[in-house]
Formats: sequence, C-alpha cells, structure tokens
Amino acid sequence: MSGIGTGYDLSVSTFSPDGRVFQAEYAQKAVDSSGTVLGMCCADGVVLAAEKPEISKLIEEHSNRRAFPIDRHAGAVIAGVAADGRAIIDRAQAEASNYKSFYGDKIPGHVLAERVASFVHLFNLYWYVRPFGVCTLLATCDHSGPQLHMVDPSGTMHEYNATAVGKGRQAAKNELEKLKLDRMTCKEALFSAAKILHQVHDEEKAFELEVAWISADTDYVFTRVSNEEVAEAEQAAKAAIEAEDMDDD
Amino acid sequence: MQARESSHARAIGPGVTGGPLAHPERVTQEEHLKYKLHGGHQPHSVLIPSSGNEGLVVDPVGLGHKSHTQYPYVTGTSVLGVTYKDGVLMACDMLGAYGSTKRYKSMQRLTKVNDACVVGAGGELSDYQQIVKMLDELATEDFCMDDGHRMTPSEVFSYLTRVMYNRRNKFDPLWNSIVVGGLQRGKPFLGTVGMIGTNYTDDTVATGFGNHLARPLMRERHSPDMDEKAAMELLQDCLRVCYYRDKVSVNKFQISKITKDGVDISEPFSLDTKWDYALFKDPTAKAVGAW
Repeated sequence: MSGIGTGYDLSVSTFSPDGRVFQAEYAQKAVDSSGTVLGMCCADGVVLAAEKPEISKLIEEHSNRRAFPIDRHAGAVIAGVAADGRAIIDRAQAEASNYKSFYGDKIPGHVLAERVASFVHLFNLYWYVRPFGVCTLLATCDHSGPQLHMVDPSGTMHEYNATAVGKGRQAAKNELEKLKLDRMTCKEALFSAAKILHQVHDEEKAFELEVAWISADTDYVFTRVSNEEVAEAEQAAKAAIEAEDMDDD
Repeated sequence: MQARESSHARAIGPGVTGGPLAHPERVTQEEHLKYKLHGGHQPHSVLIPSSGNEGLVVDPVGLGHKSHTQYPYVTGTSVLGVTYKDGVLMACDMLGAYGSTKRYKSMQRLTKVNDACVVGAGGELSDYQQIVKMLDELATEDFCMDDGHRMTPSEVFSYLTRVMYNRRNKFDPLWNSIVVGGLQRGKPFLGTVGMIGTNYTDDTVATGFGNHLARPLMRERHSPDMDEKAAMELLQDCLRVCYYRDKVSVNKFQISKITKDGVDISEPFSLDTKWDYALFKDPTAKAVGAW
C-alpha cells in the first residue's frame, strides 16, 4: 500500500526528505484513535478524565484503568495503547521514587515530565524499538501549585492549563478554551469534564468515565474520584446537555 | 520493563545474598583473579542449581567489608504501648540525647506508616530515620499499586523483624528498639522488635527504661477492654514515672492513637510533676553526720 511516507516510514531512525519522522507520526495516530482523555488545572488542583469506550459487555465495569498514581502528589492518565502506557507509568513511578530517595523531596512536576519525556524519546532514536503509542498527561500538585504536563509519543513535553487528546480532542479543546479554569474548583471542573466528554463522544457507543484528581479536598493526594461522585457528575452533565439542546431547539 | 531494584535489598546492609541481588560488576580485580585461579570454577560460596537458575551468590564486595559493633550516638529512650477497647495507644518523649546531653528536644519518635499502623523507636535515631524511610517506600509502592491493599501492622512487624535480624547477623545492626502498633483486621495489634531481632507481640509493650519502670504499672492496671480514658491515664502515669526516674528524658511527650477512624499523633504536651517532697527540699535532713 503506498501512502505518503512510503520508503521513509519503516523505521523510527529514518527521516523523510521533508524532515518528518513517519513512525512517530503513526504513533500519534494510535493516540488519535483512542478514547478522549483530558486534563485541567484548576484553582485548587488538577483534574484528569478519560473516556473509556465499552469494548465488550463481558468486561467488568471499572476495570481497564486509565488513571494511575505516580506518587502521592502526582498521577497520570494515558491515551493510546494501554499496554505501552503501563510501561511508561512503571518508569514514572520508579523515577519519582528514585528522586525522593536521592533528593529527599517529592519530585516536582516539570522534573517528572522531563524524565518521562526523555524515556519516551529514547524509543524514537533506535531502529530496533518502536515508539510508544501513548500520550501521557501528568498531573502534580506541590508547593508550586497544581501543574499539568503532557508527553506525546515523540518525547516532546509541554506544560498546559488544560488539554485533550484522542478522538474528540478538537471539540474538547474548543470547549476547554471557553472555561475560566483559574476560577473553578476541582468539583466544578469534574462537572465540566463530564459534560465535555459526553458532548464529544460518539453517540451510539456506551462509554465509562474515569476521573482522578489532586486537590485541596483530597489533601493534595492523588485520588481516583469515587464511582458515586462520577455518576452524580455524569447525571448533572447529561441534564445540562439536554437543557442546552432544548434551548437550541 | 526492567525489574526495578528495590532499595530493600540495600536495607539488609552490605553483603546481600541472592541471585539478582548480587552485582557481578562490583567484583573487584582481586576477586576476579581468584575466580580465574580457581580454574574458572566459581568459589565454593556459590551454589549453582543444576536447573540452570541463578545461583545463590554472596556479594563479593560484602565479603571484604568489615564492620565492627557500632555505638549509638543520638538516642531516644523508652517507647510505651497499650491496647485498649477501640485500638492501640503508643507514647514516647521527644528527646534525642547525645550521650548525657539532652540535645534535640523535638524529635518525633512515632511515625504513621499508613492509616492502620504506627511505628515508634528508641535507640539510635538516625537508624530509626532509615527505618522510617524504608517503610515510607513500601507504603508508597502500595499506594502506587492502587488496588486498595495496604500493609497491615503484622506485615510491618514481620518486615522489621527480618530486617533487624538480618542486619544483626552481619554484625551491622540497626541500633533500635522498635514498637509497632495498629489495627490488624479490626483487632488491636502491638508488637516490639529489638536490635538483635528479638520480637514478640503483647497487649502492653515498653522498650528501654519503660520495660522496668512502666510495665509493672501496666500489669496492675491494664486490661484489653479498657476504655480510652483509662488507657490514656495509664499511659500518662507510665510516662510520668519514666520522666521521674529516667535521667535521659524530657517532659515533652506525644501519644498516638490508632483506631478504626485512623491514626492520630497528638501535639506535644507535658505532664504535671511533683517535686515538693519534703526530702527533696532538704535531702540531708536525716543523713548521719550531716549539718
């Protein structure tokens, strides 16, 4: 099959004549076709949310985790190939533990993000490995406040106020731009996250919402939001979407 | 991906044994020559199973390591613990003594491990800080596993017993007397581990001077179904006795309470003491030949 990158896309250690690394772009495509994942930095913490499409009715509810703790004050949510994501999370947990052992303090957000980014970048340098098909959103909350970083499959990392990746990212990012995040609490952000994910997801398919946060209410410890609270937020979100639809009609 | 080396291998000190725990790259030139001179056969300390698995190897670096009996430098004194109806109470003072000098008066010697367990220690406080660090790493690993499991007090107790005993076997002890208290599946748990690995669980424990001063009081007044008020009074009386009679103690204490509602380590407090006994005022009043 001859596509755009024919001849220059077989190995991540090959550039194309126009300066692109196609393997890295293909890895990004793996992320772009997964369920939407978003993160937002609020006034009192960070909220991470993932849309988990229902792959099969036989799968136990609340399994297939997307949000993972890295340390008490840090956590991550992954989009893309779940197994690759686990390898990154493992490494991030080791980095955080190693930093604490060496420096005696919790790993700062930007240091954790840089270390994860370096790790992911490693797999973009050698022909005998393939890049991770994962976008990692890293949330930390320490003395310099709440922070959100994202590491993409090529190993680039940026700090964000809010961002989204996956199928519905464009629509989600548009919605996120409208929010005044620095004046919202995490509870309000939970409602917004539920609303955005319900708005952008594909209507025919069922999905499960997984949310995790680090906020003043959780004593700045990374916690997965309880199923009851998520269900509550989802109900309120669905009601708000219906109300808006009715207004439009 | 790669198995993460746990710091707990290092917890047991140098001369660690076991397949993945031995580090071949740390073999010294001398060791390597010895290996060659043996005709390529590994020295007798290596046991290689015929199944082809990694053999049991004693870290050769550790073999050369000589450590003599240490001496404690900054020490803590007794730790007391009692079980009661709703859980466990543990108490100790806040002194880090430098020999006879009462040097550090705000050392917290009780540490929360998780919502069901507290560990307290007397003896060399730097070793205690190392123990706390190991337990913190274990607790953080549990937290990151994120499956709802956490260490029970008896698991912490077991772990510490093994660490203490293994270190003692290498003549490199962690110079501490440790008390582990908490709720084990809803029931109060209280145990103590010594620097040579001696361990036992009981309804009341005390380390150091507390063993001699506090336990008689505990034997008199303790019962497993005491209420909190009675247990608090008992502990405070024991602390008072320890302060009166232990030279190396200060009147500044902390009590930690472990119940099903979690762990609470109190703010530092001091106890009322009575020093106006007649004989204290005039100690030589009844002495022969005194004026």
